[in-house]
Amino acid sequence: MDFTLSSDQALIKDSVDRFVTDNYSQQQRAAIVASEEGFSREHWAQFASLGWLGIAFPENRGGFGGSPVETMILAEAFGKGLVLEPFVPSVVLGGTALAYGSNGKEHADLLEAMIGGEKLLTFAYAEERSRYDYTLIETQAREEGSDLVITGKKLAVPYAASADSYVVTVRTSGDKHDRDGITVVLVDRNAAGLSRRDYHTVDDRRASTVTFDGVRIPKTNVLGELGKGLPLVEQIIDAGIGALAAEAVGNTSVLLRRTVEYLKTRKQFGVPIGSFQALQHRAVDMLIQTELARSITYYGTMALTDDTSPEERMAALSATKVQIARSGRIVGESAIQLHGGIGMSEEYVIGHYFKRISMIELELGDADFHLGRYVAMGKLLAAAAPHTATETAGVGAVASV
Amino acid sequence: MDLAFSPQELAFREEVRAFIRAELPAQVRAKMESGIELTKDDYVAWQHKLNARGWLAPNWPVKYGGTGWTVVQKHIFDEEMALGGAPRQMPFGVSMVAPVIIEFGNDEQRGYYLPRILNSDDWWCQGYSEPEAGSDLASLKTRAVRDGDHYVINGQKTWITLAQFANMIFVLARTDPDAKKQEGISFILVDMTTPGVTVRPIVTIDGGKEINEVIFENVRVPVENRVGKEGEGWTYAKFLLEHERNGTAGVAGSFQLLNRLRALAGSQKFDGKTMLDDEGFTKRMAQVEIELTALSYAQMRSLAAESSGKRPGPESSFIKITGTEIQQAITTLMMEASAQNALDPSNHSALGYFNARKTTIYAGSNEIQRNIISKRILGL
Repeated sequence: MDFTLSSDQALIKDSVDRFVTDNYSQQQRAAIVASEEGFSREHWAQFASLGWLGIAFPENRGGFGGSPVETMILAEAFGKGLVLEPFVPSVVLGGTALAYGSNGKEHADLLEAMIGGEKLLTFAYAEERSRYDYTLIETQAREEGSDLVITGKKLAVPYAASADSYVVTVRTSGDKHDRDGITVVLVDRNAAGLSRRDYHTVDDRRASTVTFDGVRIPKTNVLGELGKGLPLVEQIIDAGIGALAAEAVGNTSVLLRRTVEYLKTRKQFGVPIGSFQALQHRAVDMLIQTELARSITYYGTMALTDDTSPEERMAALSATKVQIARSGRIVGESAIQLHGGIGMSEEYVIGHYFKRISMIELELGDADFHLGRYVAMGKLLAAAAPHTATETAGVGAVASV
Repeated sequence: MDLAFSPQELAFREEVRAFIRAELPAQVRAKMESGIELTKDDYVAWQHKLNARGWLAPNWPVKYGGTGWTVVQKHIFDEEMALGGAPRQMPFGVSMVAPVIIEFGNDEQRGYYLPRILNSDDWWCQGYSEPEAGSDLASLKTRAVRDGDHYVINGQKTWITLAQFANMIFVLARTDPDAKKQEGISFILVDMTTPGVTVRPIVTIDGGKEINEVIFENVRVPVENRVGKEGEGWTYAKFLLEHERNGTAGVAGSFQLLNRLRALAGSQKFDGKTMLDDEGFTKRMAQVEIELTALSYAQMRSLAAESSGKRPGPESSFIKITGTEIQQAITTLMMEASAQNALDPSNHSALGYFNARKTTIYAGSNEIQRNIISKRILGL
């Protein structure tokens, strides 16, 4: 275990930090928000040429041989700059689906095109009745010869108007809650029968409700195994949580820094408001949560390596999402409160970070969902097993001092 | 950055586990599991085992008996000790006074006291707080007046943990009453068998008798028992407090406490079910365990920074705040898991909850820690 960046990792960090400094001033960002696609194709081409779109995937899966740590470095910098390019949907979610679910050359080619910056991907899993339960799938894919015919609706699909291919969770058999019968498929944006309602999200991103009305795809579009797609879905979601957590760490570090600067410069009653203890202590709580968020993100990132068992990985990433949700809320809400009225202003930057970190809380499962998943992974209760046999197990005074 | 444990680190973990399995005396293990208070002999017996293995003082420089372990090894060691049910390391000698003696003492002091700590010849306690000097520690009034080659100490120290076991106490005393508050304080080592030292127990709200007050009446202490320079004691005191804070966070101990919470929650049946069948309750347990996990990585990061040359700094305040809040949260859940049974003292859980209130007060209250972070990290 080593917390220092390797020289390669340090180079990536330098270059992504520089990208953010050079390209994401508030004015530059506002122009991107107002653009047609809500992100910059020029930036995306730059990401591709710098190798950022393939860096985290192992070489034997079509990538450049990095690790989840590289994703963490990039996503944190993107969080610091409130970067709008669809890194998480296309690279982390879509890329993981292809890297780990690939069934042949066609899929490998698509991953290569994504890594090269020619194709964009996104991930569609949420449904009207599912909340965050990714096993509750009512979108049906009926087998017809060598095809699948898809009917259903997916919510909050990120950047669906721009993505070329969608990674979609569908049900090929079983009831809506069954863990079997889930399949992951690729659907082209322009497929017949696919329609979208596009919108700007509350945090200045893009998303769509996507309706599938008899969309026909060949079975060769199945990623992973037909009817046995759940482990792949879980892997995609966990990879996404890792990246979102790092993005949130970037958000929290800026929220903390800007708030402390404000406390030092804003004067009331003739003194900087940072001289008031009530405000100081709240700022300290922001610092504590920023540190906890960063620490749990290391833990989660560590669990994303290929040699972690799925149960351990899911427990770790659920833990990560829970802590990020809690830290993000404390840091975000405190930042607004400590800024006072200016924190409510759309023109002022702090509110944009608050909005982003609030929406990260809702992406890929909120704290309550992941507390449940964490408990279900059995880590919490398994540790109790040796003791539960003895009904008389006494519990004594707390270790003292 | 490599966030996985290396094969060497995993092998070390096995080594520590095997040591605890082989060496932890059965009666001590049984007491730890059922929460019975340990005697001084229990602690000392375990310290002898650790010392025989060379593991009693991992943080000391190797030449004085430290292990030379990496930060990760120390973390693994602490974690395994807690999960293996080993007694808590008594901090007063090994982790509090020893670093001060090593850093600021002279060769005679190092040569005399350090081996005595390793051999458990001395049991130390901490003479810091006074009735009128709590959070404002530097306002302390205990006086040490020079009389030839002795100091004559008069005053009262309070909230002293396990002073009833101790034969040595390190005392902050004012040697220059005319100097500014933080100046004029000296750091003095006192043999508690010296005439004029009186120890009185203070019973806590949980019925515990682990803390005491210590009265000094014309206690004559040789001048060579002063550590470092006269009047520089406040610097040494702060150095010690920074070391103390990382320990008081009790991260490894909280993992042990979580195991006890699970045992408790799983052992009491209400209408045929335990609290481990209650989704709301298990989610709250999970919340605490997750925060503790985050804290344990934060502590490792802090220790890693320390091992690259920094002494524990204001970051230790953040570890202390969060660690103690977690300890309290776990004891709250233990009490809640017990429901009405908690009213019966033999259930222990309410008493544990009462006792844990101290954690956010001692070693500099959490509000003081927030002041420290505000000033020294945030620059407010």
